[in-house]
Amino acid sequence: MTEAVIFPLIKIVIVLAAVLATVMYIVLLERKVQAWVQVRLGPMRVGPHGILQPLADVLKLFVKEDITPVMADKWVFTAAPILVLVPALIAFAVIPFASNDMKLFGLPISGRIADVNVGLLYIVSVASLGIYGIILGGWSSNSKYPLIASLRASAQLISYEIAVTMTLVTVIMLAGTLSMVGIVDAQARQGMWFAFMQPVAFFIYFVGGLAETNRAPFDLPEAEQELVAGFHTEYSGMRFAFFFLAEYANMIVVSAVATTLFFGGWLQPFPNVSWLWWLGIVPGWMWFCTKTFMFLYVFLWVRATYPRYRYDQLMRLGWKWLIPLAILNVVVTGFLKVLLKG
Amino acid sequence: MQRETARPMFDTDELVINMGPQHPSTHGVLRLVLKLDGEKVVDCDAVIGYLHRGVEKLCESRDWTQIVLITDRMDYCAAATNNLGYVETVEKLMSLEVPRRALYIRTILSELQRVASHLLWLGTHAADIGALTVLLYGLRERELVLDLFEEYCGARLTYNCMRIGGQPADLPEGWDKRVLRFCEIQEQKLPEYEQLLTSNRIWMERTTNVGVISAADAIGIGLCGPPLRASGVARDVRKDEPYAAYAEMDFDIPIGVKGDTYDRYLVRLEEFRQSLRIIRQAVEGLPEGPIMGKVSRMIKPPAGETYHAIEAPKGEIGYFIASDGKSVSPYRFRVRPPSFCNLQALRQLVRGHLIADVVALIGTIDIVLGEVDR
Repeated sequence: MTEAVIFPLIKIVIVLAAVLATVMYIVLLERKVQAWVQVRLGPMRVGPHGILQPLADVLKLFVKEDITPVMADKWVFTAAPILVLVPALIAFAVIPFASNDMKLFGLPISGRIADVNVGLLYIVSVASLGIYGIILGGWSSNSKYPLIASLRASAQLISYEIAVTMTLVTVIMLAGTLSMVGIVDAQARQGMWFAFMQPVAFFIYFVGGLAETNRAPFDLPEAEQELVAGFHTEYSGMRFAFFFLAEYANMIVVSAVATTLFFGGWLQPFPNVSWLWWLGIVPGWMWFCTKTFMFLYVFLWVRATYPRYRYDQLMRLGWKWLIPLAILNVVVTGFLKVLLKG
Repeated sequence: MQRETARPMFDTDELVINMGPQHPSTHGVLRLVLKLDGEKVVDCDAVIGYLHRGVEKLCESRDWTQIVLITDRMDYCAAATNNLGYVETVEKLMSLEVPRRALYIRTILSELQRVASHLLWLGTHAADIGALTVLLYGLRERELVLDLFEEYCGARLTYNCMRIGGQPADLPEGWDKRVLRFCEIQEQKLPEYEQLLTSNRIWMERTTNVGVISAADAIGIGLCGPPLRASGVARDVRKDEPYAAYAEMDFDIPIGVKGDTYDRYLVRLEEFRQSLRIIRQAVEGLPEGPIMGKVSRMIKPPAGETYHAIEAPKGEIGYFIASDGKSVSPYRFRVRPPSFCNLQALRQLVRGHLIADVVALIGTIDIVLGEVDR
């Protein structure tokens, strides 16, 4: 009973709280990082250096009026933000934050909520559910700008998902398993993170990840300069916040999956270099968080640097470059795997 | 019945969307009625007049000196050149002699204004295409120009910094040194913008071959300023009909080849350098002497009419002023604003492009609605 229900429940609460808190602070971090890049200070008023800004933002969103446009399809309009947020959050269920041999108050505890043997498949399928929310949200608003944005979003997500899934195939080929824990273990066994064995796959995954989370330079569905706010133009208050939360939660998912698949998850760097023994003191979950944050930082960095792609250019990049490259990568990996074995 | 069956099976109407007047990237209160086929723009209709304040009529009921400050409010991003155009027109009407020192100060001020205006253009244009950082970099340097203006005339936006017959004040102590210092800083910062944009793949893809306009079309529409020069026409009032102290300055006119958005971007970037070159020459060759010519207290130009144009940052700003020789205000006051004339090209520019290009193209023609609507 305790093993099957209580422990996972506690873990779910911890992970959910951690994710939501991270989302809040990623927003602050984004504003800060962008401000530093742009020679500004960013939020400075709420708390020292603006560290309480996220609380103020959330409070503001809570007390805002919740508007449903008269002509909107009410049920779909209400369901859309939920449909976006829930998949973003449940993807965390299979992400391994730490190794299995963790001890908490003397009790052995595993560093994940669930270790599904098709973990990667689960993440891919859950992540692609979120798009329904965006399409429905844009459509049910009964407004032109959100409609255009949601059309853009669906085209973009579908094209980039193919490329991303193809790169995941190469990882599966290397690891020989679909389990997220198994993939990290495989990296430990082979003594090398997959980012170094599969740099092309990692690159495509990251670019595709930017596109799938609607982040710059692929933030077309919410291009504020063209489409005002994109698919969530008509949303306000907490419903808008759901879209917002989902976007950042998705960023964390993409970063966490990148860490797990390509950067060895909770593994410490350089375990075989003797004078770097002190790296082993740092617990695994801290390595995991550090690596994930590194990716999140790159997300923000890219946003502050690049202009935005145009819709047709984005499609061209996806279909003419990334997908063929990803397929080629799968083929080459397959050949090499067979050749090196034989 | 025949007509019923002849109808296509699917409803393929074009989507009409309204961009503005409260849209984030129409640079004010421009309203565009876009006819879309998917993401492609089939037609575009610009609706203007949301910022109409009747400036021209207003000027006809103010006396000649008061009008300077009304001209500030037209292109509020380039008030100094608006002032210059007006005071020079009146001086032409009155055949006034302006001291050389005043002419040099005017040249410095209008080139500083050009730098400030182009910085704002660069920032907003880049931000429209999604490169937000350039906006802040541009504003950072613009601030320095505004500081210089503040020191000279006390204002940061609406300067009212020129008078009929000369300048209201001499340069503050050490101002020329600070202007040279600014030129140095600006020259160092230009590569920063170029690093972020000029050879950036995304930027190039977003701007090359977008909104191409040929030299013949550009002349036909009546384009002026950087958009005209980017199409390959070397027309610059500063060179063709020199005013202020431009006849004594040595500078080049950058021209483009293709006339696309990227060319317009390059032309304006080069204009930064040429402006700094002019400022340096003017500051170093600043003559001594009075700053105000011999003007009577009561300005009353003789009966007659005249037209005079200068090169504002956004293009050619011309004033047509008629005086009846009796009253204390102009009989007719008419402005040829560069933004208004350049806006005429928008329809031709956006046809056949995507929505994302529309905002890039509004940015590239560099309009200020205060001037379009007046």
